[in-house]
Amino acid sequence: MLTVTHYTILSALLFAIGALTVLIRRNPLIMFMGIELMLNAVNLAFVAFSRFLNDMSGQVFVFIVLTVAAAEVAVGLALVVAIFRARENVDVDEIDLLKG
Amino acid sequence: MNYGALMEAIVFYLFATLAILAALGVVIARSAVRSALALALVFVSLAAMYILLNAPFLAVAQIMIYAGAVLILFLFVIMVLNPRLDIIGARSTAQTVTAILFSIALLGLMVATLIGGQLAPATGIFTPDLIREVGHVQVIGALLFGEFLLPFEIASVVLLIAIVGAMTLARRERVDPTATKRDLKRDLR
Repeated sequence: MLTVTHYTILSALLFAIGALTVLIRRNPLIMFMGIELMLNAVNLAFVAFSRFLNDMSGQVFVFIVLTVAAAEVAVGLALVVAIFRARENVDVDEIDLLKG
Repeated sequence: MNYGALMEAIVFYLFATLAILAALGVVIARSAVRSALALALVFVSLAAMYILLNAPFLAVAQIMIYAGAVLILFLFVIMVLNPRLDIIGARSTAQTVTAILFSIALLGLMVATLIGGQLAPATGIFTPDLIREVGHVQVIGALLFGEFLLPFEIASVVLLIAIVGAMTLARRERVDPTATKRDLKRDLR
């Protein structure tokens, strides 16, 4: 009764909400949370396809994505901490030294 | 009455609604800690989805890694930096409305692609019955150390790079270098 379309539409919804989080909020930590939301949405799509196609590659991919997401969060938060330590204000829009 | 299918549908819609409401909570919440806790709720509902999709090892790994490590890291950084974060304002109304419209357009595009589509026939060998019989951990283990050995090893290198990178970035620069044994020896002479 539940087809793959149910899961992938849920995944699309979560992805859109993650994208909205990155666009709307200016707090860099909450923007990171939006990125994690998008990664989780993609994980859900992978596992759904893996189950309905009887192919385990999707789940192995999710395993790797889980690893890379954890590594990315560690480095990203270290970056945020380093930036906060160096500057007075912490507005994401003002970190534009590399802007062309 | 097919109670299996009914139960599956109930669990799916329950956790789907929970996941969407929690995700909206991440966007809307005033304080960063509330956003982090809403994100934890998203992680847990997705773990329930993975169990529904016959992937119990991934569900447990999701909770351990995301809700157990990533989220705690977020909370630590929020707690350390929270006083400095409160001064950030919100975006202008025009920007917010444009962002919402863009998100809805993105969602519409994805849903339009998904609804018209038809899934390819299930040609793989890993049916749910096989996975239940052999064990999910065993199947993923056999694949990770067999067919997908190279991605597995590269993932471990990625983790090593992340460890070194995070330690280097978050290190404090020392203004006066700490005394080494040589300095102490020289001072005591």
